Amino acid sequence: MLVRGLLTTLKAFLTEKTVTVQYPEQKRMVRTRFRGRHVLRRYEDTGLERCIGCSLCEAACPADAIFVEASENSDEERYSPGERYASTYEINMLRCIFCGYCEDACPTEAIVLSDNYELSFHDRASAIYTKEMLLEPVPPGGKPTPQRTPPGVYTRAIPEMSDPTD
Amino acid sequence: MANQVTLTIDDLTVTVPEGTLVVDAARKAGIDIPVFCYHPKMEPVGMCRMCLVQVGRPMVDRATGQPVLDADGQPKIQFSPKLETSCTIPVSEGMVIRTNTPEVLRAHRDIIEFLLTSHPLDCPICDKGGECPLQDLTRAYGPGQSRFLLDDKMRLAKHVPLGELIYLDRERCILCARCIRFQDEIVDEPVLSFYHRGRSMQIVTYSDPPFDSYFSGNTTDICPVGALTTADFRFAARPWELKNNASICTQCPVGCNTTLNTRREVKSGGKWVVKRVMPRQNELVNEIWICDKGRFGYHYAESGERILSPHVRKEQGLVPVSWDEALDLVEQRLRQAGAGTVTLAGGRLANEDLFNLAQVTDHLGGRKLLHTQVGGGEYVQRYGLGKGSNLGELGKGDAILVIASDLQEEAPVWWLRVKRAADRGAALMVLNPRPTRLDPYARFIHHYRYGEELEALGRLAAGEGELAEAAEALRSAENLVIFYGSEGLGLAETTALAREAAGLLAGSGRAGKVNSGLIGVWQQNNTLGAYDMGFRPEADLAGALSGSGLAWIAAADPAGDHPALEAALKQAGFLVVQDLFMTRTAQMADVVLPAQAFTEREGTFTSGERRVQRFYPAVAAPPGPLADFSIAARVGLRVGIELEGASAATVMLRIAASVPAYAGLDYALISEVSEQWPIIGREDRYYGGTGYDNHQGLGVQLQPDAVTDPDGEVSIAMAAPAPLQVPEGAVYLAPVTRLYDQGLTLKPSMKIVGQRMARREVWLNPETAARLGFGAASLVTLEGEGWTASGVEIRVDEQLPPDVLLAPRSVGIPATGPEAVRLRPLVTEPEA
Ligand code: SF4
Ligand code: SF4
Ligand code: SF4
Ligand code: SF4
Ligand code: FES
Repeated sequence: MLVRGLLTTLKAFLTEKTVTVQYPEQKRMVRTRFRGRHVLRRYEDTGLERCIGCSLCEAACPADAIFVEASENSDEERYSPGERYASTYEINMLRCIFCGYCEDACPTEAIVLSDNYELSFHDRASAIYTKEMLLEPVPPGGKPTPQRTPPGVYTRAIPEMSDPTD
Repeated sequence: MANQVTLTIDDLTVTVPEGTLVVDAARKAGIDIPVFCYHPKMEPVGMCRMCLVQVGRPMVDRATGQPVLDADGQPKIQFSPKLETSCTIPVSEGMVIRTNTPEVLRAHRDIIEFLLTSHPLDCPICDKGGECPLQDLTRAYGPGQSRFLLDDKMRLAKHVPLGELIYLDRERCILCARCIRFQDEIVDEPVLSFYHRGRSMQIVTYSDPPFDSYFSGNTTDICPVGALTTADFRFAARPWELKNNASICTQCPVGCNTTLNTRREVKSGGKWVVKRVMPRQNELVNEIWICDKGRFGYHYAESGERILSPHVRKEQGLVPVSWDEALDLVEQRLRQAGAGTVTLAGGRLANEDLFNLAQVTDHLGGRKLLHTQVGGGEYVQRYGLGKGSNLGELGKGDAILVIASDLQEEAPVWWLRVKRAADRGAALMVLNPRPTRLDPYARFIHHYRYGEELEALGRLAAGEGELAEAAEALRSAENLVIFYGSEGLGLAETTALAREAAGLLAGSGRAGKVNSGLIGVWQQNNTLGAYDMGFRPEADLAGALSGSGLAWIAAADPAGDHPALEAALKQAGFLVVQDLFMTRTAQMADVVLPAQAFTEREGTFTSGERRVQRFYPAVAAPPGPLADFSIAARVGLRVGIELEGASAATVMLRIAASVPAYAGLDYALISEVSEQWPIIGREDRYYGGTGYDNHQGLGVQLQPDAVTDPDGEVSIAMAAPAPLQVPEGAVYLAPVTRLYDQGLTLKPSMKIVGQRMARREVWLNPETAARLGFGAASLVTLEGEGWTASGVEIRVDEQLPPDVLLAPRSVGIPATGPEAVRLRPLVTEPEA
């Protein structure tokens, strides 16, 4: 009995491919539709934040994981192209169930779930990701926010979207 | 009762009074007919076409005039070939309405598609998003897709301030004219209108300052889209994030029912904060409206200047201490003072606070004084409105007398309701020394000279001269309501005026009748409650305070009001102040006790119409302050009287047991509601607006003493005022009330209503100003009896009577009643 079992193991060892990887040195590719930790995106050209502080993600979230508080932009201190931006944006990663509803709800595609799954914390407080942690780095060519912008450029309440179905 | 009409709406048989509009009949039956331009409080205009329905009427044989019957013997119904707007057609007998046929649904869909042709669809950032009728009706009836080209959308201005309180977004406006009609029909201040036509049509304001109306905030409630929003709530929160807490406005004696919307906020350090004040329906009090002072003036409760811990005076001044230390000291000094204690309460306190304060004071044998410049509450207790009164029922055959009051400035929603009663046919008589915003609706106007209000009332009672007709109208009126205010008057004068007015009411046999009675236009919201709890004004307040062994001052700032009172307080044996802010009085105090704001606790207020109404806690109190009734109960416990200090509801039970007028009252009774019309509320907001429906209580109106105790009498120990002599070179100063005063409860809202606040200026007739040697805009120093006020600007107004100087209250001119003042040019001298 015992010998048969050991033989099976040996056979598998010699003939089958390894399925484990040496994490964390080695990382496994995730699928394109994987839902990992969120990122708050910026516009590629200007570096302005996409989020307009509308709280729709907060409303859509079944786990009540998101907290948004909005403020008004001005040309002297502009965070997003429209009239309004999120002055506070927090996601509690312990609550999040990675359903992606926030992503679906977002009218500006500001919040997206990335492929980062490396979420571990030593205490509950550090599970709350603030806006600074979630915002993606300023793209090359863009400027950090807040920006000073010339008057008359950003006059729309929400940024123009070329095709809403995009 | 009007004749009843029976009709069929979607197979439901509905019986409603004759004259009802189809849209209202459907609403009453619980059938949704979507509307945008129609509003149940306003005349229909049929502008938006959203309410189209199919209307059938019974066929009538022209020859015989008899209904044509079909094979089954039922009347034959003829449907009109086109859809009709249900908001403009009144019901008729046998009518058949269809609201959900394919034609009707198609019409709804097409109207929505049209309305959205140029709508920006910026719901995500729109302050109305989440409670927007256009959003709701688009979801319920809209097509989901538009056939119009995106590129043809109009691009219009998104941020047009209509004044500093209300913003217009031109793209969002659907041109329903609700806002215009509200200003025209309901307020009669037509400061908004359409400009241009067709696709260029827009809302503009013509007044200066723009959107000059005390009711402007209401347009944001009834605007069916996010075109009108308030500056105060701009991007403050999404409606679904808000919690609703019932409250009562504390800014004037109308006692409008409100809902405080709260949320937790990072900007405020994670605290729950009030984000906006919304009207809560009470058809007996404020209907579905509130004034802008009530809407925007709440910021004082969350002001950073609040006192947060008890203070005791030591060598280095007032220092924060623990409650125990402060109360130990108060106890010791109260025991010493005993019957020498004088408790001075302001009319901002709740009934529960006043009751406990009164109990402690009585226990010690002290005096209970009320800080007010308007007196005569004893007459209102006796001859106030009969139980069951409703200003909204006054109309044809009734009379309303308003004397010595600029009602729009003193109590805006009363002004609105009195005006509406006059619109319905009530005979309005306005007796006031100068023209006010009530004059246009008055059937009889009499402008008497300042100081002659009693004579004017006498002339009216006697029907002399030009007042003969008014006197006749007054005599023959079915119901009579008398408002008396404090235009140019002080405590003694208003008390005398109340007595005369009460005499007029009682003399005509209307004492205690429903829809008749005397209403005092108080300067605080709960002055009447203070009267009910046993507090009385004192003519010689300075004397009473200076002679007191201990002055215990709650929610009043006598030192800030008048230098003579400040001097008197210095002589008081010991000074205990309980308040929200470090007022001038508090700065002089030996002990300061921090009180909670009305948003942080519960209680009841008694409105000017003698309606006891309940307010609820909305936000957590900061650590430190206690409710005034708890403070009084803690003090009481130490000096040997056991009082309820934990729950306001239990204090009310005690009030009910010991104050006869409040017998039988409890919080459950005050919180009772009944069906109200029109239906306002969350699901029906496209119909009545975003105001809140009332689940938390309509309040209980008290029965006046004239009914409960017919043989009783009013006795007041207050001397009649002596006629004022104005010496040579001086001028008659008349204090007047401005809505946006600089009082304690409005100043913290400066950021929002600051531009409209009363300034440190006085008003004169130009000739009088010239006679005194001053031109408009010159700066002067006023010298009154025992006070001076410098840096006061002179303003002239042709409409004012000669030889009088109008001084707004609470702008730092300490006149408490009419007095003779001298004017000096302002020489550059440092202000005291
Ligand atoms: S992924 Fe789902 S649970 Fe997580 S924050 Fe978004 S909506 Fe909430
Ligand atoms: S992330 Fe998107 S949905 Fe959430 S507040 Fe920002 S713009 Fe709105
Ligand atoms: S601003 Fe609002 S209420 Fe006024 S017309 Fe436009 S949509 Fe109607
Ligand atoms: S009328 Fe008086 S009670 Fe009503 S909202 Fe205005 S200030 Fe408040
Ligand atoms: S036309 Fe009837 S609601 Fe507008």
